[in-house]
Amino acid sequence: MTMRPDPTFHASPKLAMEAPAESFAYTVLLSPDFSKPDALAVIDVKAGSPTYSKIVHTVTMPNKGDEFHHFGWNACSSALSPLAGHAFLERRYLIIPGMRSSRIYIVDTKPDPTQAKIHKIIEPEEIFKKTGYSRPHTIHCGPEGIYVSTLGGSGKDGTDGPPGIFIMDCETFEVLGRWEIDRGPQTKHYDFWWNLPRDYMVSSEWALPPQFENGIVPEDLLSNKYGHRLHFWDLRARRNVQTIDLGANHQMALEVRPAHDPVREHGFVGVVVDTTNLEGSIWTWWREGGKFHIEKTVTIPPEPASKDQLPPLLQGFGAVPPLVTDIDLSMDDKFLYVACWGTGEMRQYDVSDPRKPKLAGSVRIGGIVRRAPHPNGQAFAGGPQMVEISRDGKRVYWTNSLYSTWDDQFYPQGIPGAEVMANASPGGGLELAKDYWVSFPDGYRAHQIRLDGGDCSTDSFCYPSV
Amino acid sequence: MGPADWTPAWLWLAVIASGLYHGINPGMGWPLAVSAGLMQRSSRALVTALGPLAIGHLLAMLLVILPFALLITLVEWQRTIRIGASLLVILFGIYRLIDRRHPRALARIPPTQLVLWSFAVAIAHGAALMLVPIYLGLCREAEADQGHAAANSLIDTSLTMAVLVSIVHAGAMIAAGGCLAWLVYRYLGLKFVSRSWFNLDTVWALSLVLVGAVALALGLES
Repeated sequence: MTMRPDPTFHASPKLAMEAPAESFAYTVLLSPDFSKPDALAVIDVKAGSPTYSKIVHTVTMPNKGDEFHHFGWNACSSALSPLAGHAFLERRYLIIPGMRSSRIYIVDTKPDPTQAKIHKIIEPEEIFKKTGYSRPHTIHCGPEGIYVSTLGGSGKDGTDGPPGIFIMDCETFEVLGRWEIDRGPQTKHYDFWWNLPRDYMVSSEWALPPQFENGIVPEDLLSNKYGHRLHFWDLRARRNVQTIDLGANHQMALEVRPAHDPVREHGFVGVVVDTTNLEGSIWTWWREGGKFHIEKTVTIPPEPASKDQLPPLLQGFGAVPPLVTDIDLSMDDKFLYVACWGTGEMRQYDVSDPRKPKLAGSVRIGGIVRRAPHPNGQAFAGGPQMVEISRDGKRVYWTNSLYSTWDDQFYPQGIPGAEVMANASPGGGLELAKDYWVSFPDGYRAHQIRLDGGDCSTDSFCYPSV
Repeated sequence: MGPADWTPAWLWLAVIASGLYHGINPGMGWPLAVSAGLMQRSSRALVTALGPLAIGHLLAMLLVILPFALLITLVEWQRTIRIGASLLVILFGIYRLIDRRHPRALARIPPTQLVLWSFAVAIAHGAALMLVPIYLGLCREAEADQGHAAANSLIDTSLTMAVLVSIVHAGAMIAAGGCLAWLVYRYLGLKFVSRSWFNLDTVWALSLVLVGAVALALGLES
């Protein structure tokens, strides 16, 4: 409890962009063979600092096999909501779910990020008992506390009942229970986000645990059994109000990125692969006349490749799919970054006209076939994956691992963890920074990145940028 | 005029002051008016949002004060009621000091239902309760003027007073909140929202205790 709102809370996206630049990047590390405990790395990103682009602190967990993936802050700018009437939280704790173990770690980043330490551990049994969900994944801070999306229901393989979202208290971290009152036809889950003043949430679908935990199931993919729908919810009423099917061939609708400015009632979602032609795609959704609409606004073609260049999984196709595994929208809602994990490309789209994205920049690095090195000469295994944008939109950070068992199928030669950064020009254009290269301890892969003071996939706002 | 004649004036001032105090507290809703104005890019939307906020606050006042307006007509029990009401306000203040949790149910109210929101917030935080001792004080003054009138006119007086106190208070509240919202919207900018926001939880709880204690002291004296 503080006397003033946290100085990293901003009323509007514009104020967040004007705030001081980030000093630290938190990145979760996972041990893909579960031989070591997963960890949180704290990386110095202050330009000119002697330890720039180096890990300055590591919080190692006491368990093995958690499989870290996504994580998030206990509180963000959404605390300034005029409806909450109480803005006195601190952006202090990182909520880090173990996607395989269903355990959740709360890491305290005060008094200083270089002294971050475990504050609390929520054991899987508590989550199972109180929510009937498993495999916690995405974290967002919002009106009712901390929202956690899950990928599994109850039971050993997580298929006993649908996955969903549960709520945690943002100060005590007590698991409060399921969020949904009426889930409608929703049976799979992945990402979610919202527009707070407009009072709606959007959620997406990846897969059920048996479809991902031991690797991608090619038969399920080719028979279009992965998620391909988007769900729209009344946020306060906790009801599914509309479900849109993107078409069964659009397999795996993952990251949901609504515009940050709450006046704008649109957003984007990335689809990993179209099973009819291996394309990746970006879809723009918007609300008009009380209904949600969606259309495919970007397609990214596969790149032909000979059989011997491809992992066994892809050899039958003679091509590398782009595999759009993550997207992220800049704070001013102007640029959408699209990670093509298969072809090894980070694309930057100008989405000033949300339904007509224009390719504005691109960086090639890694890739199943291309294997483009970093400009500093280092080999970048895997491809661009989890991407995070600085609040001011000038720096774009990303890592290279997707998910332990899937990494092995698409990149059998292994993916040593790496994190890079590209400088984005205000008018468009993207260039890798030669001096930013984070190498991680042997045997670790790197996944999501969070910036101190908030970033473009953390903070949601209740006031427009005017 | 003796000093006693000034008492009603001071009490009315307290009604207005508590209204201003509630109005400038962001927790009572002025940032919602700013948000409405900015979201629709119109100062009219800002003004329109003030209406439901004022009505919600007014309804909360009436809901809490009206039962006392009826009770107070039980002339024999007036002293007990005054002391009871003072204790109630003190206890609620102490409860707010100890239990700092904010009622989670408030987070379920949709942004479109501002009357309900304003009403619920005023009830939950004891904003209406804060007014009860002041109201009871005013009733006593009015009654003193009137002498011991018939029960009927006593009810009339206490009900009229309840409505009047609620309206004056809610009017002061929305005037203060509305001015602040307008200043932020027009001149100060959104930075003011986070900069001006102080944690009033403790002050608020202490205000309740203080109002209750003063009323209790006066109640015991009489």
